Amino acid sequence: MTEHHPSHQNHLQRVRAQSGLAGALLTIVPASAIIASDESLHPYECDGLSAYRALPLAVVLPETVDQVQAILKLCHARQIPVVARGAGTGLSGGALPHSDGLVLSLARFSNILSIDADARIARVQPGVRNLAISDAAKAYGLYYAPDPSSQIACSIGGNVAENSGGVHCLKYGLTVHNILRLEILTIEGEKLVIGSEALDSAGYDLLALMTGSEGMLGVITEITVRLLPIPDRAQVILAAFDDIEKAGQAVGDIIAAGVIPAGLEMMDRLAIQAAEDFVHAGYPQCEAILLCEVDGTNEEVSEHIASVRALLLESGAIEVRTAVDEDERLRFWKGRKAAFPAVGRISPDYYCMDGTIPRRHLPHVLKRITELSQEYALPVANVFHAGDGNLHPLILYDANKPGELQRTEEFGGKILELCVEVGGTITGEHGVGMEKIDQMCVQFAAAELQQFHAVKAAFDPEGLLNPGKAVPTLHRCAEFGAMHVHHGKLAHPELERF
Amino acid sequence: MSDNTATESIIEQVRSAAAAKTPLVIRAGGSKDFLGRHTQGTQLDISAVRGIVRYEPTELVITARAGTPLSEIEAALAERGQMLAFEPPHFGPTATLGGTLACGLSGPARPFRGSARDFVLGMKIINGAGEHLSFGGEVMKNVAGYDVSRLMCGAYGTLGVLMEISLKVLPLPAVESYLHLELDAESALTDMANWQRDALPVSGLCYDGDRLHVRLSGADQAVAAARRRMGGEPDPRGAQFWEHLREQQSAFFTSAGDLWRVSVPSNTRRIAVQGKQRIDWGGALYWLKTDASAESIFTMAAAAGGHAMRFRGSDRDTVFQPLPAGLLALHKRLKLAFDPHGIFNIGRMYPEM
Repeated sequence: MTEHHPSHQNHLQRVRAQSGLAGALLTIVPASAIIASDESLHPYECDGLSAYRALPLAVVLPETVDQVQAILKLCHARQIPVVARGAGTGLSGGALPHSDGLVLSLARFSNILSIDADARIARVQPGVRNLAISDAAKAYGLYYAPDPSSQIACSIGGNVAENSGGVHCLKYGLTVHNILRLEILTIEGEKLVIGSEALDSAGYDLLALMTGSEGMLGVITEITVRLLPIPDRAQVILAAFDDIEKAGQAVGDIIAAGVIPAGLEMMDRLAIQAAEDFVHAGYPQCEAILLCEVDGTNEEVSEHIASVRALLLESGAIEVRTAVDEDERLRFWKGRKAAFPAVGRISPDYYCMDGTIPRRHLPHVLKRITELSQEYALPVANVFHAGDGNLHPLILYDANKPGELQRTEEFGGKILELCVEVGGTITGEHGVGMEKIDQMCVQFAAAELQQFHAVKAAFDPEGLLNPGKAVPTLHRCAEFGAMHVHHGKLAHPELERF
Repeated sequence: MSDNTATESIIEQVRSAAAAKTPLVIRAGGSKDFLGRHTQGTQLDISAVRGIVRYEPTELVITARAGTPLSEIEAALAERGQMLAFEPPHFGPTATLGGTLACGLSGPARPFRGSARDFVLGMKIINGAGEHLSFGGEVMKNVAGYDVSRLMCGAYGTLGVLMEISLKVLPLPAVESYLHLELDAESALTDMANWQRDALPVSGLCYDGDRLHVRLSGADQAVAAARRRMGGEPDPRGAQFWEHLREQQSAFFTSAGDLWRVSVPSNTRRIAVQGKQRIDWGGALYWLKTDASAESIFTMAAAAGGHAMRFRGSDRDTVFQPLPAGLLALHKRLKLAFDPHGIFNIGRMYPEM
């Protein structure tokens, strides 16, 4: 290494590595499918979590499964890390490039291969947008249920990698409940079929294991999803509360009464105000609102709407409105769906958290978040998938103020640790990626993390697929210093502290 | 035995077995002894690991130890108007939660409400190194780490000892109603396919060779409207029909001969094997009573895009659909990742693993 010009030396090495990799890729794909110069790589330096950025050695955009297979074989032979990427809308840095690795973009795999209305399934390529599946199935009276907020843009391959949810998961489940079959390639380029068009398959439930595995186990090249009949009718109720605790209680009352709403969302005062200023949904000014949607047959909806309305009034709502027509229903939802950009208008930057808690702990968790918000001097707007306990606190900050991003991240970390403390989890639907890797040390004991590493090694012994994501090394946990104390014993006393 | 003592004892037994590399056969009520391939070893009895740990009806979550009788769990849920929506078969009064999840068993409601694994939220297990590990949790949405809990479901205890299980539960339907229609197979399959394309409150569709049996569950008016639309006759013995189907107590199931379970895409329409059959799951599950060779049934199931399992029969060697070589190799590596000394239910699913 040249002593006087290390950065120049590194730069030369990098350019050499890039041209070497590009040359090898040229034997597999045309030049138009390869990006291998730093100037052109910037669009790929991050996913939806822009706080984390890195330039890969190269990006490749293959169009056929054979090309993907050859690329993986090449990377395996040369021991080059591979980060698979869909639409890049993920919020946890799962598609953050590896600076010595290749980004494998599946964006060109954007075809719906078939829709079988009788079997109620669709075979799709991984780069197909989530919403495009429902759009295509509509002609048959069918739709694909999971609807993450990014559904206009996010790809189904990424949905499988993150086990994405949405506002309807209490009733219709997550991605794992709505897919039947995957075709994957291992890092060695071996093609495997996981699951089938039947409702179950022989052997271990590898479909569950692959779903939410964040690109760590294999590269998904085809997905068969389950389609559901579009419900005859959907109806939404909006309830206003002068106390967020009462709103939380009302959610429990609805569920205890035997109604499983299709969607059950809560917003706090700051989120309501921001949304109202932005889209004028007509929300009342109050401490919390609940949006409760029920769907099903016409008769079922009428029955459930009547009982939900009565329950909300009993549980102390100061106002209850039932949408009279489809226009009003969409207006009620408009504010909730615009909550993130609405918060984006009132603050230069915001940071979206994604913890899940047992719902009964909501008042305690919200109180603690308010205290932390004061402590860190950073405002928080709360948007909550109330039905399934998935909390999205949005921390408002200004990245241009020195130290504010760092304080925001620390604050966010505390919220996640709070979720674990009350029996919840650090991520409900956004994934661990790079963002929450340190909090994994809080949620899991050393032996549990080791078990994850063993699972990873069964698929990818050399650790070439998305290295450094999702599951921290024990060494990293020791550096992070916030280890899970299991049964009163420190998880890995053998490691040195920093 | 206290809860901790029971757990410590299991950990101790697993560690000794791992050290000596002596195989263990995990067992509690024994109601599923007939399922899967033969396995030999020292019995690891987990029936003392029992009891409901937490049940929060408003959160739709129950957590119970693996050795808890299934009947005890179902009774606790029914008391609060809730249920295990995947309708697990018991196959005997001693059935436990752990055995049910280890075998991944779901009843006739499965295509409409989801499978056993769909309702798993979290598990505590003991792996082959004798480590007590916790995966998932008690919340509906959780994507931290690999989904090890659901991987345990249907692994027949070959990857770990299930110790504690958290499940999502659902409200009992307000009304349940039963119909049957006399139809030939072709018309029955067409009706089943059409009804599943509509959002109807159906929780069971089974064709027995003469009649199409329909179970409706849901809100009062919704069930009434569906009855008017679907036609057929009310079935006064419907409750018994669906229970006998789930528990395999009808004459079809109790008659002599091998019973095969063939899971196929729901639009398969026909499984051509000599013998008798029942078509459940709205066309996605065939129960066969047949003397046909295992090879011919596996070939036929694979050709239909599904898989077969010898559910009951004398041959306890050829039971599960063979796996393609690549998948089998991956299964073996996963088995090693959880059970490095090869002690848990060896051969219960596939030879030597």
